[in-house]
Amino acid sequence: MPRSHKEDKGSKYRKERLDRGIKARSDSIFALSSYREALYLVFPRAVIIIGLLILPLVLDEYWTKVLVITCVIAILSLSWDFIALSGMLSLGQALFFGVGSYLAGALNHYWGVSPLFSIPLATIVGGALCTILILPVLRLRGIYFAMVTFVLPLIIISIIEMSGVLGGVEGLSALSPIPNLWVTAYFIIFALLAFFFGFRRLMDTDYGLVLKGIRDNDQAVMSGGINIYWYKAQALFIGGAAGAFVGAFMTHHYRFVGLPAFSMDYTILPIACTVVGGTGTFAGAMLGTFILMPLTEFLRAIGSWRVVFYSFLMVIFIIAVPEGIFHFLQRKYHQFERWVKTE
Amino acid sequence: MADHILKVQALKKSYGGVQAVFDVSFDLKEGDFLGIIGPNGSGKSTLVNLITGFVKPDSGSVFYMGKDITGKRPYKIANLGIARTFQMAKAFHELPAFKNVIIPLFSPRVRKSRGGQYGERDDVAIDLLEEVGFERDSAVPFKTAGNLPHGYLKRLELARCMALRPDLIIMDELFSGMSMAEVAGTLPVIEKLKVEGATLIMIEHRLKELFRVANRVIVLNYGQKIADGPPGEVMETEAVKKAYLGSEE
Repeated sequence: MPRSHKEDKGSKYRKERLDRGIKARSDSIFALSSYREALYLVFPRAVIIIGLLILPLVLDEYWTKVLVITCVIAILSLSWDFIALSGMLSLGQALFFGVGSYLAGALNHYWGVSPLFSIPLATIVGGALCTILILPVLRLRGIYFAMVTFVLPLIIISIIEMSGVLGGVEGLSALSPIPNLWVTAYFIIFALLAFFFGFRRLMDTDYGLVLKGIRDNDQAVMSGGINIYWYKAQALFIGGAAGAFVGAFMTHHYRFVGLPAFSMDYTILPIACTVVGGTGTFAGAMLGTFILMPLTEFLRAIGSWRVVFYSFLMVIFIIAVPEGIFHFLQRKYHQFERWVKTE
Repeated sequence: MADHILKVQALKKSYGGVQAVFDVSFDLKEGDFLGIIGPNGSGKSTLVNLITGFVKPDSGSVFYMGKDITGKRPYKIANLGIARTFQMAKAFHELPAFKNVIIPLFSPRVRKSRGGQYGERDDVAIDLLEEVGFERDSAVPFKTAGNLPHGYLKRLELARCMALRPDLIIMDELFSGMSMAEVAGTLPVIEKLKVEGATLIMIEHRLKELFRVANRVIVLNYGQKIADGPPGEVMETEAVKKAYLGSEE
């Protein structure tokens, strides 16, 4: 009786939450027995895939460009969430992005490598390079680890500024473009879907289990005979490669790479998006990005008030749904709620 | 070589001015069941941390099967076959109980040794949980570890150890916080491990239960070994009585 409890003042009611029958025993184990139940599981996934594939068809050129940036930040959010799930609090998204950007830019500018090869190369080498840069502080935890990852991009900016390598403050321009906006949009959409479902699948394997274990209790993982530093380095490589990938992509999208590639925006935005959407699920990171990024574009109309309004909205989100929007929606989707009499 | 599975020589460790472990030495034969007892703060847990590599000793050495393992990293020592439980149960609170056991099953040691009898990791994990007393057909093995009662968490620790198929198991106050029924249910599991040929070290405050299974006891006080021998004899020693009951002046 969802409403009548308000009129009936004599007795007390409390909200009872029950899992739907389809959820058997554990969080990740489902018992499928009909097409309807299969649909229940497929529906949310289908919304993401079909929605993303349709968007470039219905949006105009300007909003398609916004969509591209949103997808880029979404991949950075996924990368942050993945590294966080592996027990590392990273502020290094700008590092990953910048290293990937400059690698692709340099490959294209100095050696004329086409985007077809410079993007994959920058992804792999960028991931490895970032891992090597962070390797010495892998033993640090929490805020100490975060501080080092935060400082690294600033150091690289200074080096490029002072030495003038890689185009110095002017950057490298007139790089090879990606053919047209359609190719650009669908390329990044497919990449986003691949990273999203790939990360989710990876975390469900026993390998992902070890990564989650490291976040939960690293001493217990060590006592289980597992070298946590080796696994952390692997997780950094995977997350770093994802960040380097979008960096390389943006270099060719803008046909330019410069110091803004190490901008703090690429660190702060993904974290804000993930926190608003909900951490630890990847879907939350996606959802948060697809709420906040278009929102910032809408708010362009109100000029400088944008920042005030935007910050205000973020505070509201965090106070109203501290668990994250995705966790809230997931709970509503998987559980019944009803009022039951307590007295 | 092989007659001593573990050889601890003159281990020392101090924190600031406090000597947590001072000059402790002992040998352990294969198949032994050693109990380590002593008042609170006498260095028992530090000794375990020194042996398993979680803390590096100031001096002294630890040999395992004739191999020097002093100051090696914990995961390397675990892979050699020394498993331990923690005094404060260290479960993966966000994972279901059976997934907790899968993490050691993923270690190089187990993956290398997986023969025909070691099946799917999920099944092995649930078998192990059943062995330590998780009801197989109930929801308990699938519950998130953070929601389990303390007694279950302690037994989960033991299951995580057993997953490594270790040759030496060190249990740091496994029984503390367990109910009488839980202790009674866990003792046969430990006795079975002993029968199967594992060497065991047990730190325990519950002396009655410990003396039922241990064939040798070491008593620590202020980081020093003050007695070593069969349980009955050790408790009659003057130094031990003093440490436990206080001197009579």
